[in-house]
Amino acid sequence: MSIATRELRASFAFVERNFNLTKRYWGWEVAWLVYSLAAALAVAYIGVAQNDPVLLQTLIIGAIFWNFLSIVFGFIGETVTWERWEGTLEYTFMAPVRRYTQLIGSTFFAVAYAVIQMVVILIVMLFFFDVEFTGGNFVTAGVFLALGSISFVGVGMMAAILPLLYVERGDQMVFVIQSIILLFSGVYYAPETLPDWMQVVGLFSPGTYVLEGIRGGLIDGLPVTALLNDVWPLVVMGAILIPLGVYVFGIAERYAKRTGKLKRVG
Amino acid sequence: MIDVVNEPKSAPMPIPASEPVRRVGPPPVGEQPALLIEHATKRFVVGRKKKSVVAVNDVSISIRRGEIYGILGANGSGKSTLIRLVSTLLTLEGGRVEVFGHDVARDEMAVKRLINRVSVDAAFFKKLSPHENLAYAARLYGLDARKARAEAITILARLGIGEKRLGRPLEQMSRGMQQKVAIARALLTSPTVLLLDEPTTGLDPRSKLDVQSFIEEVRDTHDATIVLTTHDLTEAERLCDRIGLINDGRLVVDGTPAELKELVARDYGKEPSMDSVFMTFTGKSLDDDIDDENEDDD
Repeated sequence: MSIATRELRASFAFVERNFNLTKRYWGWEVAWLVYSLAAALAVAYIGVAQNDPVLLQTLIIGAIFWNFLSIVFGFIGETVTWERWEGTLEYTFMAPVRRYTQLIGSTFFAVAYAVIQMVVILIVMLFFFDVEFTGGNFVTAGVFLALGSISFVGVGMMAAILPLLYVERGDQMVFVIQSIILLFSGVYYAPETLPDWMQVVGLFSPGTYVLEGIRGGLIDGLPVTALLNDVWPLVVMGAILIPLGVYVFGIAERYAKRTGKLKRVG
Repeated sequence: MIDVVNEPKSAPMPIPASEPVRRVGPPPVGEQPALLIEHATKRFVVGRKKKSVVAVNDVSISIRRGEIYGILGANGSGKSTLIRLVSTLLTLEGGRVEVFGHDVARDEMAVKRLINRVSVDAAFFKKLSPHENLAYAARLYGLDARKARAEAITILARLGIGEKRLGRPLEQMSRGMQQKVAIARALLTSPTVLLLDEPTTGLDPRSKLDVQSFIEEVRDTHDATIVLTTHDLTEAERLCDRIGLINDGRLVVDGTPAELKELVARDYGKEPSMDSVFMTFTGKSLDDDIDDENEDDD
């Protein structure tokens, strides 16, 4: 068996395992879906209250696509946390699997899961609100969603080392990072709304460019070529953060093996 | 041959006439050991005062292919740390560990393909069924999931777990059953070195006997070298070809159960039993050790 086949088969192990876990924890999945739906609807009703169709579109896009991106980020960032909770971290780390293989499998499942939830929320939103994206450029939205996923995977990989290094606080740190990205990325408002220093910080968040790009495509009908200023930061972030994430994760793993942190269950 | 306090092992163990196939004792010069641990040392920094604790201190063991080597020691003596060093879950501070000539630090992936480990806590996704957990393991080790499933059914049937139970979440199974599934999972990958870290601790007597019989069967039918840590002296005597006692991270003695018992009778004037061996070389009775364990749990 070639190395590529073996690694591919091994990466499917994580897809299948996460699918089985999702199936077994179906009650929680329903609960999270209801929460995500309720949160998205609650935010969108602010637009209805203001009687502002553009605001409504802005909020709906923010709610739906932030949900997508945060799921991708969360799944990758909590890769280690899940294993710690279950007590399987040592078993997985002892298996003859390269770490990037594990992260590829986790990413594939995370994106598939996030797409399904995004579609469900979108359908419910269209049922609740009289909103149309008739002039929207869906290709642009798709491109930014794909680029955004790659960048968020990179950020997620960087965040995933925290639960490896900080057994008791790592997961909380991942949650804080996710919250900060939400605040600085202009998810529910234009980034210009923020104070200058916050806008500067927002420039380092892939969320800023993803949301701007998707809104540019769906609300203003712009093609990707008109949004290149939002494309290249995402490409650069993805190209740097993913390999860097795998590399840093490797360093963190060696540190954990040196200090005995793999054994700890948190 | 009996080794006390890391004396060099060079002379081959004579093969007993009653056991013509299995070769017991340190491998002779020129024979590659299944597992070679040379001067292994591991320190941890613990507590707020960053105190350095030596968990494994200059331990050397050489295990022959097909042997069952038992590691005995009180709680916190370094048994599990040693197993983790072999499992690539910890890095060495000094010395080296090789599995069939593959160095755990330099050739980690090759070592991982040769070993598997069953830990005391049967590490599973407890919400998933045995089938789902075993499929996950099979894919991680590059096995065909369908073939692995069929093999798992056979192994688990041998351990008294019927096929109809394999679809239910593991959390609904007793600890004994979970541990049997853990052993089946380890065997699925056909490891040449199987590390059993207290596999029968906490099991009821029936499950313990089942697991012990199964380990014997594995020894007789699989080409596996087994390293077993245990608190059960009867189990160690029954299953292990050789036993090493670890105290405060150091290997203080090793030999066959018969040799160890003879040693304490001859040199220390004690009853020739594994209990005496444990007491003599660890300074503790097994009851003290269990009390320590309970305090740790508290």
